[in-house]
Amino acid sequence: MAAGLQPLPTVPPPLAPERPVAWPRRTVHILSNGLRVVLVESHTIPKISIELFFRSGNAAATRIRPGLAEITAAVVRTGTATRTGPQIEESLRRMGAELSTSAGADTTAIVLSGLAEFADGLFELADDLARNASFPPEEFERERRQMLEELRIQRTTPSFLAGERLRRVLFGAHPYGLAAPAESDVAAYRREELEQFYREHYVAGDAVLLVVGDFAAERLLGLIEQRFSRWPTRQPPAPPSAPLPELRGRRVYLVHLPDAVQTQVLVGNRAITRPHPDWQRLAVANAIYGGAFHSRLVMNIREQKGYTYSPRSSVHALREHGYLTITAAVRNEVVAATLAEIFYEVDRLRALPVTEEELADMQQYLCGVFALGLTTQEGLLSQLATVYLHGLPEDYLETYRERVRAVRREDVLAAARRYFDSPNMQIVLVGDRAVVAEQAALFGEVELYDAQGNRLE
Amino acid sequence: MSRLQIPLESTTLANGLRVVVVPERSVPVVTVGVYYHIGFRLEPEGRSGFAHLFEHMMFQGSAHADKLMHIRLVNASGGVLNGSTRYDVTNYFEAVPSNALERVLWLEADRMRALKVTQENLENQRDVVKEEVRVNVLNQPYGGFPWLDLPPVAYRKWANAHNFYGDFTDLDAATLEDVQQFFRTYYAPNNAVLLLIGDVAPEEGFALARRYFEDIPPGSPPLVPDVWESPPGEERRGTVPEKFGTLPAMAIGYHMPRRRTPDWYAVGLLDQILHGGRAGRVYRRLVQEKQIAVETSGGIHYPLGDVLDYDGPVLMVTQILHKPEYSAEATLAAFDQVVAELQEHGVSAEELAAVQVKFRSDYITALEAGLGGYLPRFGLMHYAACFTLFDNDPSLVNTILDGFLAVTPEQVRGAAQLYLQPSQRAIVLRQPVGRAASQPVAAGGV
Repeated sequence: MAAGLQPLPTVPPPLAPERPVAWPRRTVHILSNGLRVVLVESHTIPKISIELFFRSGNAAATRIRPGLAEITAAVVRTGTATRTGPQIEESLRRMGAELSTSAGADTTAIVLSGLAEFADGLFELADDLARNASFPPEEFERERRQMLEELRIQRTTPSFLAGERLRRVLFGAHPYGLAAPAESDVAAYRREELEQFYREHYVAGDAVLLVVGDFAAERLLGLIEQRFSRWPTRQPPAPPSAPLPELRGRRVYLVHLPDAVQTQVLVGNRAITRPHPDWQRLAVANAIYGGAFHSRLVMNIREQKGYTYSPRSSVHALREHGYLTITAAVRNEVVAATLAEIFYEVDRLRALPVTEEELADMQQYLCGVFALGLTTQEGLLSQLATVYLHGLPEDYLETYRERVRAVRREDVLAAARRYFDSPNMQIVLVGDRAVVAEQAALFGEVELYDAQGNRLE
Repeated sequence: MSRLQIPLESTTLANGLRVVVVPERSVPVVTVGVYYHIGFRLEPEGRSGFAHLFEHMMFQGSAHADKLMHIRLVNASGGVLNGSTRYDVTNYFEAVPSNALERVLWLEADRMRALKVTQENLENQRDVVKEEVRVNVLNQPYGGFPWLDLPPVAYRKWANAHNFYGDFTDLDAATLEDVQQFFRTYYAPNNAVLLLIGDVAPEEGFALARRYFEDIPPGSPPLVPDVWESPPGEERRGTVPEKFGTLPAMAIGYHMPRRRTPDWYAVGLLDQILHGGRAGRVYRRLVQEKQIAVETSGGIHYPLGDVLDYDGPVLMVTQILHKPEYSAEATLAAFDQVVAELQEHGVSAEELAAVQVKFRSDYITALEAGLGGYLPRFGLMHYAACFTLFDNDPSLVNTILDGFLAVTPEQVRGAAQLYLQPSQRAIVLRQPVGRAASQPVAAGGV
């Protein structure tokens, strides 16, 4: 026992006074061709990350063929006018760099991160990939086969099958209803279609270039202007849209996975997009419901009842629409019990105001986690991407904590009533019909599907 | 390139608890870690999965902080927390705004001093862990592959070879007395290191550590069996049925030399030459050129860790998902050809230099994040903890790179010849059963 110590407290020590958070300095500049450049210096490690976002993804690609944005992105890294695929990979290694090229529903991203001493080479490569991809026929065929095999494996993954079915239910014929292409789509891709998507959608208009890392912004901006101003001014074609299905009453969609030793539960409804004025209120309501470790759902079905390892609720913002999900992978015997608790917690959130303490704790959590994210280059990138891909105000980061703290108990209640649409929530279960079907039927009319998406009787 | 100069300071308290502080005060957040020198290698026989189950119990209450207070208090302070169980360490960590530092230390000290769990909490977490095993292993394509499949084939000692997630019968057999016994044996301050990284001055960090931790009584040092085992001297093979996945898979694991020997630095680079992304030779030959495989990955201590963060025997793992029209033997032959090329021709100075740049870059990236952007300096904490517990020298975070950057092409070739021998390896095939299997596709189309 060390001498001269005060006795230890038997209750947790209070929080010390908060230290101010210093917001990273940003340089925002729109090039003459429309490319928006955002630079943030962060000298924590001698690295630089370059994220180039185009405003088109798989939703836009459905005009040509489902999933085409994804395979286009995959083939982009396999060759340019002056580099073969292996040369690209070798040059990445020489710069200590990683590259990913990918597409989601609304965006296509070329992301490079490497040692800051190779910044010039990294920008040169980003430019080359965005402008001069050559789509080598043999690499395209290889990627096609890989995509096909990956799709087949995805169709054996419970979380994928659940998400795919829910997207179809919530968005119907809208491009957002399609989580992945069919094998027949992949078989039908033609190289010219990839080139067409690349030509029309990898364009400067509305694109965003985020750069975070160890550099001097002034010098870098000059280099970027010189290189990226050469891109022609062009806007991408708008993505197709379609009316959404009307969803009245709860329904159950059971995806039959023979011999599943666990059931994937996924419940959801459509909600709002990111710029919506209610977004922050919904985010707080969601965090209290199931968006954090100490949230109500986790405490209930994990820490009290032991039904599941990783329950979670989330709000998802796509560009045109948003949706809300509640998910848990549970043992087969407690599927009905889990759904009962999920709806109990939803209805409680819709019926009774949260306590002052619960709200204050969650506001502190959201503000703290936000500050943690500002201290690493990776965290900064993800927050900047949120701001600039969703068109949020320039002062979004600086005012985030104010806005979270402005949410009141009645706001949470109103958001829960409006966006946790209990009577019309759609229920997806992925499991073995033999052990789950009876439990499923307690919650609504059941539609049965196989893992390939075919309706079963 | 200048050498890393992370300002790290360390001390040892009277009870044997080691304390490492890395001040980084530009942002008001701090990452706190407590690492215990116990992983799933040393859990008691007949209690497979116990070290991991025990990790869950550390969130279930201590003398002054009941169940859920650990989670609630950290979250409500604006922070995040978690824990994990590895071969040779179990860690608990929080990232919080720095005004919550003292509160976090209070919590960590309370559970190091006096864990308090009930039968009800034990049963609750046993259920949670079973669902964790189901969601990660039993109900997933390629679940547990290859990290649960290779050890029973590659190793003979129970410590290295058993099911680390746990057989359900063993999990069911665990009692509260087992929990307390394990706690007394391995969770003493002299078997742990406390790390404070971020907005805290070293002298302040040491003072707080003394205040909250120094009166926790030390334990008698646990008897640690010798877990080292030499390679079996013959190639060993196993087969595991794949219930969901559609492609045949293969994992090859080579026994590696002991940590921090000259050969170890060489195999660290050899690993990157084989598995370093798409420029790695395995990916390039098998996926890109021969198009036998759809996906390859691998590494030393893959997929649980890397070349730095273990303290016993370890494998260099290559994982391959291959097309059904190629047999396992044809796939293995293609892999063996990659190895033979390296053994015969070695590696050019240029290729090695590029791999060394990438190695340095990856290490720097891992120091800053390593577990996502919202756990600042997780990698720095993790490596500093491992170097303290395994090597008694946290300052290795600044110097460990040097050995890897000094490796020569001759050493790489020598290591390939010495360690990449069939007699030093285990192979596991994970073969799709029944309707799951993907049908062969004629070359050139779908």
